[in-house]
Amino acid sequence: MAAPRTALDLEALSLRAAFAVLAAIAMVFLIGPTIVVLLTSFTPSESLRFPPSGLSLRWYWALLDADQMQRAAWSSLVVAFWTTLVAVVLGTAASLAIARSQSKWVGATDVLFMSPLLLPALAFGFAALVFISRLGFSPSIPFLIAGHVIVCVPFVLRTTTASLTQLDPSLLDASYSLGGSWWMTFRRVTLPLIAPGVGSGAFLCFMASFDNVPVSLFLSDERTEMLPIHLWQQIDTNLDVRTAAVSGVIVILTLVLMLIAERMAGLTRQLAR
Amino acid sequence: MFVACFVAPLCVLIALSLSKDANIASFTAANYAKFFGDSFNYAILLETLLLGVKATLVCLVFGYPIAWICARCGARLQSIIVFLVILPILTSVVVRTFAWIVILGRQGIINQVWTSFGFEPLRLLYTEVGVVMVLAQVQMPLMVLPILTVLSRMDPNLADASRALGAGEWRTLFRVTLPLSLPGVIAGCILTYTACITAFVTQTLIGGARLIYMPLNIYQQAIGANNWPFAAALSVIFMVAVLIIVGVLNAVGRRSETYGRA
Repeated sequence: MAAPRTALDLEALSLRAAFAVLAAIAMVFLIGPTIVVLLTSFTPSESLRFPPSGLSLRWYWALLDADQMQRAAWSSLVVAFWTTLVAVVLGTAASLAIARSQSKWVGATDVLFMSPLLLPALAFGFAALVFISRLGFSPSIPFLIAGHVIVCVPFVLRTTTASLTQLDPSLLDASYSLGGSWWMTFRRVTLPLIAPGVGSGAFLCFMASFDNVPVSLFLSDERTEMLPIHLWQQIDTNLDVRTAAVSGVIVILTLVLMLIAERMAGLTRQLAR
Repeated sequence: MFVACFVAPLCVLIALSLSKDANIASFTAANYAKFFGDSFNYAILLETLLLGVKATLVCLVFGYPIAWICARCGARLQSIIVFLVILPILTSVVVRTFAWIVILGRQGIINQVWTSFGFEPLRLLYTEVGVVMVLAQVQMPLMVLPILTVLSRMDPNLADASRALGAGEWRTLFRVTLPLSLPGVIAGCILTYTACITAFVTQTLIGGARLIYMPLNIYQQAIGANNWPFAAALSVIFMVAVLIIVGVLNAVGRRSETYGRA
Protein backbone atom coordinates (compact mmCIF):
# COMPACT_ATOMS: atom_id res chain seq x y z
CA MET A 1 0.00 0.00 0.00
CA ALA A 2 1.50 3.27 -1.07
CA ALA A 3 0.13 5.70 1.45
CA PRO A 4 0.64 9.27 0.29
CA ARG A 5 1.73 10.25 3.76
CA THR A 6 5.13 10.26 5.35
CA ALA A 7 6.24 7.18 7.22
CA LEU A 8 6.39 9.03 10.52
CA ASP A 9 2.67 9.64 10.69
CA LEU A 10 1.74 9.54 14.33
CA GLU A 11 -1.88 8.75 13.68
CA ALA A 12 -1.19 5.90 11.30
CA LEU A 13 1.33 4.59 13.77
CA SER A 14 -1.08 4.70 16.67
CA LEU A 15 -3.72 2.78 14.72
CA ARG A 16 -1.24 0.13 13.62
CA ALA A 17 0.12 -0.14 17.15
CA ALA A 18 -3.32 -0.40 18.74
CA PHE A 19 -4.43 -3.05 16.27
CA ALA A 20 -1.17 -4.95 16.48
CA VAL A 21 -1.36 -5.04 20.28
CA LEU A 22 -5.00 -6.16 20.28
CA ALA A 23 -4.34 -8.79 17.64
CA ALA A 24 -1.25 -10.02 19.44
CA ILE A 25 -3.16 -10.37 22.71
CA ALA A 26 -5.91 -12.16 20.85
CA MET A 27 -3.49 -14.57 19.19
CA VAL A 28 -1.86 -15.45 22.53
CA PHE A 29 -5.34 -15.81 23.96
CA LEU A 30 -6.32 -18.13 21.08
CA ILE A 31 -3.25 -20.34 20.94
CA GLY A 32 -2.17 -20.24 24.59
CA PRO A 33 -4.64 -22.75 26.02
CA THR A 34 -3.80 -25.36 23.39
CA ILE A 35 -0.11 -25.08 24.19
CA VAL A 36 -0.80 -25.20 27.92
CA VAL A 37 -2.75 -28.43 27.54
CA LEU A 38 -0.05 -29.99 25.39
CA LEU A 39 2.73 -29.14 27.84
CA THR A 40 0.72 -30.15 30.89
CA SER A 41 0.02 -33.56 29.41
CA PHE A 42 3.74 -34.38 29.43
CA THR A 43 4.06 -33.84 33.16
CA PRO A 44 5.70 -36.61 35.17
CA SER A 45 3.89 -35.66 38.40
CA GLU A 46 0.45 -36.49 39.76
CA SER A 47 -0.89 -32.97 39.70
CA LEU A 48 -1.92 -30.64 36.92
CA ARG A 49 0.62 -27.93 37.44
CA PHE A 50 1.89 -25.58 34.81
CA PRO A 51 4.69 -25.37 33.93
CA PRO A 52 5.26 -29.12 34.40
CA SER A 53 8.25 -30.14 36.47
CA GLY A 54 9.67 -32.24 33.64
CA LEU A 55 8.74 -34.08 30.50
CA SER A 56 7.57 -37.66 30.42
CA LEU A 57 5.20 -39.87 28.50
CA ARG A 58 3.95 -41.44 31.72
CA TRP A 59 0.33 -40.41 31.33
CA TYR A 60 0.26 -41.37 27.69
CA TRP A 61 1.32 -44.89 28.68
CA ALA A 62 -1.41 -44.84 31.33
CA LEU A 63 -3.94 -44.31 28.54
CA LEU A 64 -3.16 -47.76 27.19
CA ASP A 65 -4.83 -49.23 30.28
CA ALA A 66 -7.78 -46.86 30.33
CA ASP A 67 -10.42 -49.20 28.90
CA GLN A 68 -13.37 -46.91 29.47
CA MET A 69 -11.64 -44.02 27.79
CA GLN A 70 -10.66 -46.19 24.82
CA ARG A 71 -14.18 -47.51 24.37
CA ALA A 72 -15.56 -43.97 24.50
CA ALA A 73 -12.99 -42.80 21.95
CA TRP A 74 -13.85 -45.71 19.66
CA SER A 75 -17.60 -45.07 19.73
CA SER A 76 -17.00 -41.36 19.08
CA LEU A 77 -14.84 -42.21 16.07
CA VAL A 78 -17.39 -44.67 14.68
CA VAL A 79 -20.26 -42.20 15.07
CA ALA A 80 -18.20 -39.36 13.57
CA PHE A 81 -17.27 -41.58 10.61
CA TRP A 82 -20.86 -42.54 9.76
CA THR A 83 -22.11 -39.03 10.41
CA THR A 84 -19.58 -37.62 7.98
CA LEU A 85 -20.40 -40.21 5.34
CA VAL A 86 -24.16 -39.57 5.48
CA ALA A 87 -23.76 -35.80 5.82
CA VAL A 88 -21.45 -35.56 2.81
CA VAL A 89 -23.84 -37.51 0.57
CA LEU A 90 -26.92 -35.62 1.76
CA GLY A 91 -25.22 -32.24 1.94
CA THR A 92 -23.70 -32.47 -1.54
CA ALA A 93 -26.99 -33.60 -3.03
CA ALA A 94 -28.85 -30.80 -1.29
CA SER A 95 -26.41 -28.11 -2.35
CA LEU A 96 -26.50 -29.36 -5.96
CA ALA A 97 -30.28 -29.08 -5.85
CA ILE A 98 -30.13 -25.63 -4.26
CA ALA A 99 -27.57 -24.38 -6.76
CA ARG A 100 -29.51 -25.63 -9.77
CA SER A 101 -33.00 -24.66 -8.74
CA GLN A 102 -34.27 -21.20 -9.53
CA SER A 103 -37.41 -21.41 -7.42
CA LYS A 104 -38.05 -18.76 -4.81
CA TRP A 105 -38.23 -21.48 -2.17
CA VAL A 106 -34.50 -21.95 -2.47
CA GLY A 107 -33.77 -19.14 -0.05
CA ALA A 108 -36.09 -20.65 2.52
CA THR A 109 -34.58 -24.13 2.12
CA ASP A 110 -31.14 -22.68 2.56
CA VAL A 111 -32.15 -21.02 5.83
CA LEU A 112 -33.83 -24.22 6.99
CA PHE A 113 -30.69 -26.28 6.38
CA MET A 114 -28.52 -23.73 8.15
CA SER A 115 -30.80 -23.34 11.14
CA PRO A 116 -29.28 -26.20 13.16
CA LEU A 117 -26.17 -24.02 13.38
CA LEU A 118 -28.09 -21.14 14.92
CA LEU A 119 -30.63 -22.87 17.12
CA PRO A 120 -29.49 -24.14 20.51
CA ALA A 121 -28.18 -27.64 19.86
CA LEU A 122 -29.17 -28.70 23.34
CA ALA A 123 -32.80 -27.83 22.63
CA PHE A 124 -32.60 -29.84 19.41
CA GLY A 125 -31.05 -32.80 21.24
CA PHE A 126 -33.88 -32.73 23.73
CA ALA A 127 -36.49 -32.34 20.97
CA ALA A 128 -35.03 -35.35 19.16
CA LEU A 129 -35.20 -37.43 22.34
CA VAL A 130 -38.83 -36.42 22.87
CA PHE A 131 -39.57 -37.20 19.23
CA ILE A 132 -38.12 -40.70 19.13
CA SER A 133 -39.62 -41.65 22.46
CA ARG A 134 -43.02 -40.49 21.14
CA LEU A 135 -42.49 -42.84 18.23
CA GLY A 136 -41.83 -45.61 20.72
CA PHE A 137 -38.09 -45.97 20.24
CA SER A 138 -35.35 -45.56 22.78
CA PRO A 139 -32.01 -43.83 22.12
CA SER A 140 -29.55 -45.91 20.13
CA ILE A 141 -26.56 -45.50 17.84
CA PRO A 142 -28.51 -45.06 14.55
CA PHE A 143 -30.60 -42.29 16.10
CA LEU A 144 -27.46 -40.72 17.53
CA ILE A 145 -25.91 -40.71 14.07
CA ALA A 146 -29.08 -39.21 12.56
CA GLY A 147 -29.04 -36.46 15.20
CA HIS A 148 -25.38 -35.72 14.52
CA VAL A 149 -26.07 -35.56 10.78
CA ILE A 150 -28.72 -32.88 11.33
CA VAL A 151 -26.40 -30.62 13.29
CA CYS A 152 -23.34 -31.32 11.13
CA VAL A 153 -24.83 -31.14 7.64
CA PRO A 154 -24.64 -27.29 7.54
CA PHE A 155 -20.84 -27.46 7.44
CA VAL A 156 -20.85 -29.63 4.30
CA LEU A 157 -23.62 -27.58 2.76
CA ARG A 158 -21.87 -24.29 3.32
CA THR A 159 -18.49 -25.16 1.85
CA THR A 160 -20.02 -27.15 -1.04
CA THR A 161 -22.45 -24.38 -1.97
CA ALA A 162 -19.57 -21.89 -1.87
CA SER A 163 -17.54 -23.93 -4.35
CA LEU A 164 -20.60 -24.57 -6.56
CA THR A 165 -21.17 -20.85 -6.96
CA GLN A 166 -17.61 -20.55 -8.24
CA LEU A 167 -18.23 -23.27 -10.79
CA ASP A 168 -18.50 -21.89 -14.31
CA PRO A 169 -21.80 -23.20 -15.77
CA SER A 170 -20.39 -23.07 -19.31
CA LEU A 171 -18.14 -25.98 -18.33
CA LEU A 172 -21.25 -28.08 -17.71
CA ASP A 173 -22.80 -26.93 -20.99
CA ALA A 174 -19.60 -27.89 -22.77
CA SER A 175 -19.74 -31.36 -21.26
CA TYR A 176 -23.40 -31.83 -22.22
CA SER A 177 -22.90 -30.57 -25.76
CA LEU A 178 -20.01 -32.99 -26.18
CA GLY A 179 -22.47 -35.78 -25.42
CA GLY A 180 -21.74 -36.35 -21.74
CA SER A 181 -24.63 -37.72 -19.69
CA TRP A 182 -25.71 -36.07 -16.44
CA TRP A 183 -23.88 -38.67 -14.37
CA MET A 184 -20.78 -38.47 -16.52
CA THR A 185 -20.74 -34.68 -16.23
CA PHE A 186 -21.19 -34.86 -12.48
CA ARG A 187 -18.45 -37.42 -12.04
CA ARG A 188 -15.89 -35.99 -14.45
CA VAL A 189 -16.55 -32.24 -14.31
CA THR A 190 -18.57 -31.10 -11.31
CA LEU A 191 -17.18 -33.40 -8.67
CA PRO A 192 -13.48 -32.77 -9.31
CA LEU A 193 -14.11 -29.02 -9.31
CA ILE A 194 -16.08 -28.92 -6.08
CA ALA A 195 -13.99 -31.60 -4.35
CA PRO A 196 -12.01 -29.10 -2.21
CA GLY A 197 -15.27 -27.63 -0.90
CA VAL A 198 -16.77 -31.03 -0.19
CA GLY A 199 -13.51 -32.15 1.42
CA SER A 200 -13.29 -29.16 3.76
CA GLY A 201 -16.94 -29.61 4.66
CA ALA A 202 -16.40 -33.28 5.41
CA PHE A 203 -13.47 -32.42 7.63
CA LEU A 204 -15.40 -29.78 9.58
CA CYS A 205 -18.34 -32.15 9.86
CA PHE A 206 -16.15 -34.93 11.24
CA MET A 207 -14.63 -32.64 13.86
CA ALA A 208 -18.03 -31.25 14.84
CA SER A 209 -19.51 -34.70 15.24
CA PHE A 210 -16.53 -36.01 17.18
CA ASP A 211 -16.81 -33.04 19.51
CA ASN A 212 -20.59 -32.98 19.88
CA VAL A 213 -21.94 -33.01 23.42
CA PRO A 214 -25.50 -31.57 23.38
CA VAL A 215 -26.99 -34.12 20.96
CA SER A 216 -25.03 -37.09 22.30
CA LEU A 217 -26.11 -36.22 25.80
CA PHE A 218 -29.72 -37.00 24.94
CA LEU A 219 -29.48 -39.57 22.15
CA SER A 220 -26.80 -42.04 23.24
CA ASP A 221 -28.00 -45.15 25.05
CA GLU A 222 -26.83 -46.15 28.53
CA ARG A 223 -24.20 -48.56 27.29
CA THR A 224 -22.35 -46.30 24.89
CA GLU A 225 -20.40 -43.38 26.22
CA MET A 226 -19.03 -40.75 23.88
CA LEU A 227 -15.53 -39.40 24.38
CA PRO A 228 -16.37 -35.71 24.94
CA ILE A 229 -19.03 -36.60 27.48
CA HIS A 230 -16.73 -39.02 29.25
CA LEU A 231 -14.02 -36.35 29.39
CA TRP A 232 -16.49 -33.75 30.57
CA GLN A 233 -17.56 -35.94 33.46
CA GLN A 234 -13.93 -36.70 34.27
CA ILE A 235 -13.12 -33.01 34.43
CA ASP A 236 -16.21 -32.30 36.50
CA THR A 237 -15.55 -34.98 39.11
CA ASN A 238 -11.85 -35.71 39.43
CA LEU A 239 -9.24 -33.79 37.52
CA ASP A 240 -6.66 -36.41 36.72
CA VAL A 241 -3.70 -36.07 34.47
CA ARG A 242 -4.92 -38.79 32.11
CA THR A 243 -7.53 -36.26 30.95
CA ALA A 244 -4.65 -34.00 29.95
CA ALA A 245 -3.04 -36.86 28.06
CA VAL A 246 -6.25 -37.60 26.13
CA SER A 247 -6.52 -33.90 25.40
CA GLY A 248 -2.95 -33.99 24.15
CA VAL A 249 -3.80 -36.87 21.82
CA ILE A 250 -6.87 -35.00 20.53
CA VAL A 251 -4.90 -31.80 19.96
CA ILE A 252 -2.16 -33.63 18.05
CA LEU A 253 -4.65 -35.61 15.95
CA THR A 254 -6.58 -32.42 15.16
CA LEU A 255 -3.38 -30.73 14.05
CA VAL A 256 -2.45 -33.65 11.82
CA LEU A 257 -5.93 -33.81 10.29
CA MET A 258 -5.91 -30.04 9.77
CA LEU A 259 -2.58 -30.21 7.97
CA ILE A 260 -3.91 -33.00 5.76
CA ALA A 261 -7.08 -31.00 5.04
CA GLU A 262 -4.97 -27.94 4.28
CA ARG A 263 -2.78 -29.90 1.87
CA MET A 264 -5.60 -31.73 0.12
CA ALA A 265 -8.37 -29.16 0.08
CA GLY A 266 -6.82 -25.80 0.94
CA LEU A 267 -8.89 -25.60 4.11
CA THR A 268 -7.89 -22.07 5.09
CA ARG A 269 -8.73 -20.73 1.63
CA GLN A 270 -12.14 -22.41 1.78
CA LEU A 271 -12.94 -20.83 5.11
CA ALA A 272 -11.64 -17.33 4.47
CA ARG A 273 -13.55 -16.94 1.26
CA MET B 1 -35.97 -36.34 4.79
CA PHE B 2 -34.25 -33.45 6.48
CA VAL B 3 -37.60 -31.87 7.22
CA ALA B 4 -38.78 -35.08 8.85
CA CYS B 5 -35.67 -35.34 10.99
CA PHE B 6 -35.30 -31.74 12.03
CA VAL B 7 -38.65 -30.00 11.86
CA ALA B 8 -40.77 -32.85 13.19
CA PRO B 9 -38.90 -33.10 16.51
CA LEU B 10 -39.30 -29.36 16.95
CA CYS B 11 -43.05 -29.62 16.35
CA VAL B 12 -43.33 -32.41 18.90
CA LEU B 13 -41.31 -30.27 21.28
CA ILE B 14 -43.76 -27.40 20.93
CA ALA B 15 -46.69 -29.75 21.43
CA LEU B 16 -45.06 -31.20 24.52
CA SER B 17 -44.39 -27.77 25.95
CA LEU B 18 -48.13 -27.11 25.80
CA SER B 19 -49.18 -30.32 27.52
CA LYS B 20 -49.68 -31.38 31.12
CA ASP B 21 -47.56 -34.53 31.15
CA ALA B 22 -45.19 -36.45 28.90
CA ASN B 23 -48.06 -38.14 27.05
CA ILE B 24 -49.24 -35.05 25.19
CA ALA B 25 -52.85 -35.83 25.99
CA SER B 26 -54.35 -32.55 27.14
CA PHE B 27 -53.16 -29.07 26.35
CA THR B 28 -52.43 -26.30 28.79
CA ALA B 29 -50.37 -23.16 28.98
CA ALA B 30 -49.31 -23.94 32.53
CA ASN B 31 -45.66 -24.52 31.64
CA TYR B 32 -45.35 -21.09 30.11
CA ALA B 33 -47.25 -19.52 32.98
CA LYS B 34 -44.81 -21.23 35.35
CA PHE B 35 -41.88 -19.75 33.48
CA PHE B 36 -43.15 -16.21 33.34
CA GLY B 37 -44.55 -16.39 36.86
CA ASP B 38 -41.18 -17.26 38.34
CA SER B 39 -38.57 -14.53 38.43
CA PHE B 40 -35.83 -17.14 38.93
CA ASN B 41 -36.35 -18.63 35.48
CA TYR B 42 -36.76 -15.21 33.99
CA ALA B 43 -33.46 -14.10 35.47
CA ILE B 44 -31.68 -17.13 34.03
CA LEU B 45 -32.89 -16.29 30.53
CA LEU B 46 -31.76 -12.68 30.89
CA GLU B 47 -28.40 -13.70 32.34
CA THR B 48 -27.86 -16.06 29.42
CA LEU B 49 -28.74 -13.47 26.80
CA LEU B 50 -26.48 -10.90 28.51
CA LEU B 51 -23.64 -13.39 28.77
CA GLY B 52 -23.78 -13.75 25.01
CA VAL B 53 -23.62 -9.97 24.53
CA LYS B 54 -20.54 -9.66 26.75
CA ALA B 55 -18.67 -12.53 25.14
CA THR B 56 -19.59 -11.32 21.64
CA LEU B 57 -18.28 -7.82 22.40
CA VAL B 58 -14.98 -9.22 23.66
CA CYS B 59 -14.74 -11.30 20.47
CA LEU B 60 -15.42 -8.25 18.34
CA VAL B 61 -12.83 -6.01 20.03
CA PHE B 62 -10.10 -8.62 19.70
CA GLY B 63 -11.27 -10.40 16.58
CA TYR B 64 -11.60 -7.36 14.32
CA PRO B 65 -7.92 -6.40 14.57
CA ILE B 66 -6.89 -9.97 13.70
CA ALA B 67 -9.08 -9.93 10.60
CA TRP B 68 -7.90 -6.42 9.70
CA ILE B 69 -4.24 -7.34 9.91
CA CYS B 70 -4.83 -10.70 8.26
CA ALA B 71 -6.55 -9.09 5.27
CA ARG B 72 -3.45 -6.96 4.71
CA CYS B 73 -1.02 -9.85 4.76
CA GLY B 74 0.34 -11.85 1.84
CA ALA B 75 -1.43 -15.07 0.89
CA ARG B 76 1.05 -17.29 2.71
CA LEU B 77 1.02 -15.41 5.99
CA GLN B 78 -2.73 -15.10 5.70
CA SER B 79 -3.25 -18.83 5.52
CA ILE B 80 -0.94 -19.31 8.52
CA ILE B 81 -3.00 -16.84 10.56
CA VAL B 82 -6.28 -18.44 9.50
CA PHE B 83 -4.82 -21.82 10.37
CA LEU B 84 -3.92 -20.60 13.87
CA VAL B 85 -7.32 -18.96 14.28
CA ILE B 86 -9.30 -22.07 13.38
CA LEU B 87 -7.08 -24.42 15.35
CA PRO B 88 -8.89 -23.71 18.61
CA ILE B 89 -12.36 -24.13 17.15
CA LEU B 90 -11.48 -27.52 15.73
CA THR B 91 -9.89 -28.91 18.86
CA SER B 92 -12.58 -30.34 21.04
CA VAL B 93 -14.53 -27.86 23.18
CA VAL B 94 -14.01 -30.08 26.20
CA VAL B 95 -10.26 -29.96 25.67
CA ARG B 96 -10.21 -26.18 25.32
CA THR B 97 -12.32 -25.73 28.40
CA PHE B 98 -10.07 -28.11 30.27
CA ALA B 99 -7.08 -25.98 29.30
CA TRP B 100 -8.77 -22.98 30.81
CA ILE B 101 -9.34 -24.82 34.07
CA VAL B 102 -5.59 -25.38 34.25
CA ILE B 103 -5.04 -21.69 33.52
CA LEU B 104 -7.74 -20.12 35.68
CA GLY B 105 -7.78 -22.45 38.68
CA ARG B 106 -6.58 -21.50 42.16
CA GLN B 107 -3.22 -23.07 41.41
CA GLY B 108 -3.43 -22.05 37.76
CA ILE B 109 -1.01 -20.02 35.74
CA ILE B 110 -2.72 -16.67 36.25
CA ASN B 111 -2.88 -17.12 39.99
CA GLN B 112 0.73 -18.33 40.17
CA VAL B 113 1.87 -15.11 38.55
CA TRP B 114 -0.59 -13.03 40.55
CA THR B 115 0.32 -14.48 43.95
CA SER B 116 4.03 -14.21 43.19
CA PHE B 117 3.52 -10.45 43.35
CA GLY B 118 2.14 -10.98 46.85
CA PHE B 119 -1.58 -10.62 46.06
CA GLU B 120 -4.42 -12.79 47.28
CA PRO B 121 -5.39 -15.51 44.79
CA LEU B 122 -8.08 -14.42 42.35
CA ARG B 123 -11.33 -16.24 41.91
CA LEU B 124 -11.70 -16.77 38.19
CA LEU B 125 -13.14 -20.23 37.87
CA TYR B 126 -16.85 -20.38 38.64
CA THR B 127 -17.29 -16.65 38.02
CA GLU B 128 -18.94 -14.85 35.17
CA VAL B 129 -15.70 -13.11 34.20
CA GLY B 130 -14.15 -16.52 33.71
CA VAL B 131 -17.06 -17.76 31.63
CA VAL B 132 -16.94 -14.68 29.38
CA MET B 133 -13.18 -15.02 28.91
CA VAL B 134 -13.36 -18.66 27.98
CA LEU B 135 -16.39 -18.25 25.71
CA ALA B 136 -14.61 -15.43 23.91
CA GLN B 137 -11.59 -17.63 23.25
CA VAL B 138 -13.64 -20.63 22.25
CA GLN B 139 -15.85 -18.74 19.79
CA MET B 140 -13.46 -16.07 18.48
CA PRO B 141 -12.87 -17.84 15.12
CA LEU B 142 -16.56 -17.48 14.30
CA MET B 143 -16.08 -13.73 14.54
CA VAL B 144 -12.78 -13.49 12.69
CA LEU B 145 -13.68 -15.54 9.60
CA PRO B 146 -16.73 -13.62 8.32
CA ILE B 147 -15.02 -10.26 8.94
CA LEU B 148 -11.92 -11.48 7.13
CA THR B 149 -14.06 -12.57 4.17
CA VAL B 150 -15.61 -9.14 3.83
CA LEU B 151 -12.38 -7.24 4.44
CA SER B 152 -10.41 -9.20 1.87
CA ARG B 153 -13.12 -8.61 -0.75
CA MET B 154 -13.14 -4.87 -0.08
CA ASP B 155 -11.59 -2.60 -2.65
CA PRO B 156 -8.35 -1.31 -1.06
CA ASN B 157 -8.64 1.80 -3.23
CA LEU B 158 -11.49 3.03 -1.05
CA ALA B 159 -9.29 3.27 2.02
CA ASP B 160 -6.49 4.77 -0.06
CA ALA B 161 -8.90 7.34 -1.47
CA SER B 162 -9.98 8.30 2.02
CA ARG B 163 -6.39 8.83 3.08
CA ALA B 164 -5.53 10.70 -0.11
CA LEU B 165 -8.40 13.04 0.66
CA GLY B 166 -6.78 13.82 3.96
CA ALA B 167 -8.61 11.61 6.41
CA GLY B 168 -6.35 10.12 9.06
CA GLU B 169 -6.02 6.42 9.67
CA TRP B 170 -8.48 6.35 12.56
CA ARG B 171 -11.01 8.37 10.64
CA THR B 172 -10.62 6.06 7.65
CA LEU B 173 -11.17 3.08 9.90
CA PHE B 174 -14.33 4.40 11.49
CA ARG B 175 -15.81 6.15 8.47
CA VAL B 176 -14.81 3.84 5.60
CA THR B 177 -13.47 0.43 6.55
CA LEU B 178 -15.73 -0.34 9.49
CA PRO B 179 -19.03 0.63 7.82
CA LEU B 180 -18.11 -1.29 4.69
CA SER B 181 -17.24 -4.39 6.67
CA LEU B 182 -20.43 -4.19 8.70
CA PRO B 183 -22.11 -7.16 6.95
CA GLY B 184 -19.17 -9.33 8.01
CA VAL B 185 -19.28 -7.93 11.53
CA ILE B 186 -23.01 -8.69 11.80
CA ALA B 187 -22.56 -12.20 10.41
CA GLY B 188 -19.75 -12.75 12.89
CA CYS B 189 -21.86 -11.41 15.75
CA ILE B 190 -24.77 -13.71 14.89
CA LEU B 191 -22.54 -16.78 14.80
CA THR B 192 -20.59 -15.88 17.93
CA TYR B 193 -23.66 -14.88 19.88
CA THR B 194 -25.67 -18.01 19.14
CA ALA B 195 -22.64 -20.18 19.82
CA CYS B 196 -21.90 -18.43 23.12
CA ILE B 197 -25.33 -18.65 24.66
CA THR B 198 -25.73 -22.31 23.77
CA ALA B 199 -22.21 -23.39 24.76
CA PHE B 200 -23.34 -25.91 27.32
CA VAL B 201 -19.99 -27.54 28.07
CA THR B 202 -18.08 -24.32 28.62
CA GLN B 203 -20.84 -22.75 30.67
CA THR B 204 -21.16 -25.69 33.04
CA LEU B 205 -17.47 -26.51 33.43
CA ILE B 206 -16.26 -22.96 33.94
CA GLY B 207 -19.42 -21.60 35.52
CA GLY B 208 -19.81 -24.52 37.90
CA ALA B 209 -23.07 -25.47 39.55
CA ARG B 210 -23.90 -22.05 40.95
CA LEU B 211 -23.92 -20.09 37.71
CA ILE B 212 -26.95 -21.47 35.92
CA TYR B 213 -27.57 -20.56 32.32
CA MET B 214 -30.42 -21.56 30.05
CA PRO B 215 -28.90 -24.73 28.51
CA LEU B 216 -28.05 -26.15 31.94
CA ASN B 217 -31.51 -25.21 33.15
CA ILE B 218 -33.09 -27.17 30.29
CA TYR B 219 -30.81 -30.12 30.93
CA GLN B 220 -31.55 -30.17 34.64
CA GLN B 221 -35.29 -30.00 34.08
CA ALA B 222 -35.20 -32.72 31.42
CA ILE B 223 -32.79 -35.22 32.93
CA GLY B 224 -32.45 -34.20 36.58
CA ALA B 225 -36.04 -33.33 37.46
CA ASN B 226 -37.53 -35.44 34.67
CA ASN B 227 -40.03 -32.66 34.01
CA TRP B 228 -40.21 -33.01 30.25
CA PRO B 229 -43.06 -30.61 29.51
CA PHE B 230 -41.41 -27.80 31.45
CA ALA B 231 -38.03 -28.51 29.83
CA ALA B 232 -39.80 -28.36 26.46
CA ALA B 233 -41.35 -25.01 27.34
CA LEU B 234 -37.91 -23.73 28.40
CA SER B 235 -36.42 -24.94 25.10
CA VAL B 236 -39.13 -23.25 23.07
CA ILE B 237 -38.76 -19.96 24.96
CA PHE B 238 -35.00 -20.10 24.58
CA MET B 239 -35.24 -20.85 20.86
CA VAL B 240 -37.72 -18.05 20.28
CA ALA B 241 -35.46 -15.62 22.15
CA VAL B 242 -32.50 -16.67 20.01
CA LEU B 243 -34.54 -16.37 16.82
CA ILE B 244 -35.70 -12.87 17.73
CA ILE B 245 -32.14 -11.73 18.38
CA VAL B 246 -30.86 -13.34 15.17
CA GLY B 247 -33.76 -11.74 13.28
CA VAL B 248 -32.96 -8.28 14.62
CA LEU B 249 -29.25 -8.65 13.85
CA ASN B 250 -30.11 -9.92 10.39
CA ALA B 251 -32.32 -6.93 9.69
CA VAL B 252 -29.52 -4.62 10.80
CA GLY B 253 -27.16 -6.57 8.55
CA ARG B 254 -29.44 -6.18 5.53
CA ARG B 255 -29.68 -2.44 6.09
CA SER B 256 -25.92 -2.18 6.40
CA GLU B 257 -25.51 -4.02 3.10
CA THR B 258 -27.60 -1.49 1.22
CA TYR B 259 -25.66 1.22 3.02
CA GLY B 260 -22.43 -0.35 1.79
CA ARG B 261 -23.64 -0.37 -1.80
CA ALA B 262 -24.99 3.16 -1.77
